[in-house]
Amino acid sequence: MPVKFPGFRSRRDAFPEKLWTRCPSCSEQLFNKALEKSLHVCPSCGHHFRLTSADRLEQLLDPGTFVERDPGLLSQDPLGFVDQKPYPDRLAAAKLATGLADAAVWGFGEIEDQPVAILVMDFGFMGGSMGAVVGEKVARAAEGALAARVPLIIVSASGGARMQEGTMALMQLAKTMAAIERLRAAHVPFISVMSDPTTGGVFASYAATGDVNLAEPNALIGFAGARVGAGTIGQELPPGFQRSEFLFSHGFVDRVVARADLRRELAGLLRYLHPSPTEAAHG
Amino acid sequence: MVDRILGRTPKPVVEAPPAPTPTPAPSTEDRKAAVWARVQLARNLRRPRTNELLAVMADEVIELHGDRLFGDDGAIVAGFARIGSHRVAVIGQQKGTDTDENIRRNFGMPHPEGYRKAMRVMELAERCGLPIVTLVDVPGAHPGPESEERGIAEAIARSVGLMTRLRTPIVAVITGEGGSGGALAIAVGDVVLALENAVYSVITPEGCASILWRTSDEAATAALAMKMTAAEQQGLGIVDQVIPEPEGGAHTDHEETGRRLKAAIVHELDRLVAIPVDQLVEQRYRRYRSLGAYTEVVTEIPAPTAPPRSGLADRLRGFLEAGSRAIPAPLQVGRRDEPPAREDV
Repeated sequence: MPVKFPGFRSRRDAFPEKLWTRCPSCSEQLFNKALEKSLHVCPSCGHHFRLTSADRLEQLLDPGTFVERDPGLLSQDPLGFVDQKPYPDRLAAAKLATGLADAAVWGFGEIEDQPVAILVMDFGFMGGSMGAVVGEKVARAAEGALAARVPLIIVSASGGARMQEGTMALMQLAKTMAAIERLRAAHVPFISVMSDPTTGGVFASYAATGDVNLAEPNALIGFAGARVGAGTIGQELPPGFQRSEFLFSHGFVDRVVARADLRRELAGLLRYLHPSPTEAAHG
Repeated sequence: MVDRILGRTPKPVVEAPPAPTPTPAPSTEDRKAAVWARVQLARNLRRPRTNELLAVMADEVIELHGDRLFGDDGAIVAGFARIGSHRVAVIGQQKGTDTDENIRRNFGMPHPEGYRKAMRVMELAERCGLPIVTLVDVPGAHPGPESEERGIAEAIARSVGLMTRLRTPIVAVITGEGGSGGALAIAVGDVVLALENAVYSVITPEGCASILWRTSDEAATAALAMKMTAAEQQGLGIVDQVIPEPEGGAHTDHEETGRRLKAAIVHELDRLVAIPVDQLVEQRYRRYRSLGAYTEVVTEIPAPTAPPRSGLADRLRGFLEAGSRAIPAPLQVGRRDEPPAREDV
């Protein structure tokens, strides 16, 4: 008879000492330590759990090489936005729950001794939504990659633009794309990795426009929310709609890569994707 | 919404609503009603779209068709036009005025081929040294399966990116509904104008309400919260200039609306063509690079529970240890029924 514990602990306290996780795909009970070892991929069905930005960086980069940049960027509330809760309260709750300042972390690091600029999004922080801070970090990551002439990697995990920042959030599409276009013009390569989920304004800006686009298996990737699309148009949705494999078969993803192979695949690609040295003279 | 699609006369509120800040502070309900009236005006079926405005503003229009990849999208009109003394490329969204035309123009919701046609014409304009004028009026890009299959997100992203770097002046005008990425895809400019009753938002008020309030009945509340009117967008620095509409709204007098808009566009074109193109492109980059509200703490922020930042692994370990300190070792047995902690956000 297992002991029943009262549910008085907050989620934040509950998170670290949870021992078991049920796989939402195959309902298998998974021992958390084992899940960590398998890079948060279900060993029985291959379901890819969402990763925190810290776990993602640890999985992809050579140990001890990550140097974070611009950790002190903090969101403001330009609209004075209140829905069920004021936006500043949502931000405070997300900070407390994740220990992060916002939904993206960027810096420099190395993958198999090859230097990169890398930005990783964190779905745990308000659904990974892109407001001014995420947009600013993406732009700075692109500008940083350009200045250092190292390839840029962005790992997306986001529901899209942050509604609480209104059109200011929409403008981050233009801000990030402006920086990505400059990177491209300067012949510095950019790899976009899409994880579950990559939707809305994040997919409709930098995530879709990598020189190479990779996606984790069965990640939700799409422009309009599936319900929005189906509701508006009243059409039957094709099977596997808006999943990595759907994007792959329609030509918008170069490779669907299992998490266990991701670091190796990135390292392999980086051996081809060098910033062209001739362009440096013009830059 | 239904009224709009079926072409029925919208709700009795057709009068231009009062200015956003009358002297006695209006109640929230009044402000909601005023914003909603503007949303209805922006969606009015008889509101002039690209073709109607060009008929007034341009002495000559040569429409170009097709994206050279898939097809021609009736929801986006692209081509050349002469406005005042300027020969320009024009890109604009076009809703239909009746059911037949709406079917042909897909209710003004462009597919990827529409944006790819726009990009094709904009690149042509750059090569020929023609300034670009865009007229934005779209509920949103088409959200259906065909649109996703052909890469609507990629098309929008590319179009936004292209417009940030085009080496020719761009005047963007929000004439009606500025609906999210589908609008921004053709709305990046050196200057962004808006008609008085135009609205601009990151998501439709109905969509925002159904996500944040869990019911689309709160659309007016969402519209108010998103500060989506032209005047409010000007206050945020996203719109540079608001062009007054005739009494009662643009749909009451296409001629007068077109005349006022033409004067503003010609004025901006005169100004922009005089700016050296390198400077113009750099200014445009700075304009979008600086949009967004954030603060920056230059010293490193201490993580809530972790000791001062060292390596990533140390930070992770610190976070985990802090958690286990908070509750002294109660858990030899896991709570098997607990849902995955990060999957329920």
